[in-house]
Amino acid sequence: MNLFADAFAWLFSPERLEGTYALPTLLGQHLLYTIVSVAVAAAIALPAGWLIGHTGRGREIAVAISGAARAIPSFGLLVLLVLVLGILQTPLAAVITFVLLAIPSLLAGAYTGLEAIDRRVIDAARAMGMTEWQIFTKVELRLGLPLLIGGLRSALLQVIATVTIAAYVNLGGLGWPIIQGIPLSRFDQVLGGAILVAALALIVDLLMALAQRAAVPMGLRAPASRTPSSTSRARRVASAPA
Amino acid sequence: MSTHSKTRTALTAGVAVIAALALAGCGSNANPLDKPSGDTGGDKGGDTIVVGSQAYYSNEIIAEIYAQGLEDAGFTVERKFNIGQRDAYMPEVESGNIDVFPEYTGNLLEFLDKEATATSPDDVFDALKDALPDELTALQFADASDQDTYTVLKSFAEENELTTIADLSKLKEPATIGAAPEFEQRPYGPAGAKDAYGIDLKFSATGQGTLDALLAGTVQVADIYTADPAFKTQDIVALEDPENMILASNVVPIVSSDIADKVGDVLDGISAELSAEDLVDMNVQSTVDEKSAPEIAKAWLKDKGLI
Repeated sequence: MNLFADAFAWLFSPERLEGTYALPTLLGQHLLYTIVSVAVAAAIALPAGWLIGHTGRGREIAVAISGAARAIPSFGLLVLLVLVLGILQTPLAAVITFVLLAIPSLLAGAYTGLEAIDRRVIDAARAMGMTEWQIFTKVELRLGLPLLIGGLRSALLQVIATVTIAAYVNLGGLGWPIIQGIPLSRFDQVLGGAILVAALALIVDLLMALAQRAAVPMGLRAPASRTPSSTSRARRVASAPA
Repeated sequence: MSTHSKTRTALTAGVAVIAALALAGCGSNANPLDKPSGDTGGDKGGDTIVVGSQAYYSNEIIAEIYAQGLEDAGFTVERKFNIGQRDAYMPEVESGNIDVFPEYTGNLLEFLDKEATATSPDDVFDALKDALPDELTALQFADASDQDTYTVLKSFAEENELTTIADLSKLKEPATIGAAPEFEQRPYGPAGAKDAYGIDLKFSATGQGTLDALLAGTVQVADIYTADPAFKTQDIVALEDPENMILASNVVPIVSSDIADKVGDVLDGISAELSAEDLVDMNVQSTVDEKSAPEIAKAWLKDKGLI
């Protein structure tokens, strides 16, 4: 427990707010890399995922590609890309690494969100004379949102955890105290850095959990007092009118 | 050690720990199938000398030099090379399972005594002798070293008339030094340079890419280890350190005290001949010409008339 006390002493020392490697700076770098990477990944994965979910085609390819992408070791890829792209392109190498990490979760979130919708709801929408675009924007997108946010949530968490390795290629972030502390055997600093990354991940996870709950459309939301499981209830409600 | 080798060391450390444990097991337990006479382990007796090395190519070359030198002097040598980092092999060396290990004075002193303040080669060597446990002896250290430097491009040094670290104050804008992340916190890091030479330096944690960053111009000064092949293959020059700010880290054989007298002559003879340029040359032969450690070691020993 002493090490934890040391780690917190390190975290709350006033020196942590000074210099090039001040904690707020590192936190800012960490969030910047996370947000940019997840945004780029979303721009690629969401349209693809929606197309797959809407048409029902290409699912096998998507599963294969995202399965393979999940198996890529981020650290190895990052070092490889830095070597390939050169020392001046390290931010690009890092963003590519994190984008590839985030794509599988986002892709899965997008197409499973659409696939999980009861077919009868979509048939009903089509029967009412909605165009494909209207079906997508007014029905599928909204009903698929909770699962999409679930995908976004896991992508964010994986990227937050992995941006830690950015410090290894001189890009800062909350991995810095860890990467610097290990060769110096300063384990208070290493643990302090690890606590910060864990805390950031937990906070983001909590926020995304709230967002996921809020994303269930009003009409599908079950009164909390009657059923504890809102999603299964939501399904039943969704399928009822059809 | 170069930053590159550090990574390699780190990656293999896990494997090496397991290997070291396995080797330790072999050494300390009599194997009834192999040795029906019932060897009790520990010192294997006879004249077998176990030479170890780090998982670092340059260290392995030096270990190979020691091994071949000892073989030529009539000892039977067993090689246990590629044993990870200090955390992995030092217990083996201390317990006597490994008799001879090529080490670096400053880095080993730092490992043994975190509070050590000595920096010049002789002071570090004296402090190291005090810090070593009784079972281990440091023989004479060599001129060759593997320590941090403040290195600049030759063209940059000529343009700005730089010969010592203090000359960095001539630059109009503070230079940026690229190094491994931990360098920022070392006593000879940017803060140390401010104390010793009154120069202001910015820091960039270039890590593995330190040499590339120097060549690309993203940093003006770089921490390149003295044994790095780049000193021969690139137009770079290490700035002098008249104040001995940087921790000296000369190549030194660490041997079990009970055999120090037996192997002393051979290893001292090697250390007396092993110059800084020789070590860089041999590292170039390994990394550029891709020669094997035994080949490089043999050529060097013959060249110096040691075998």
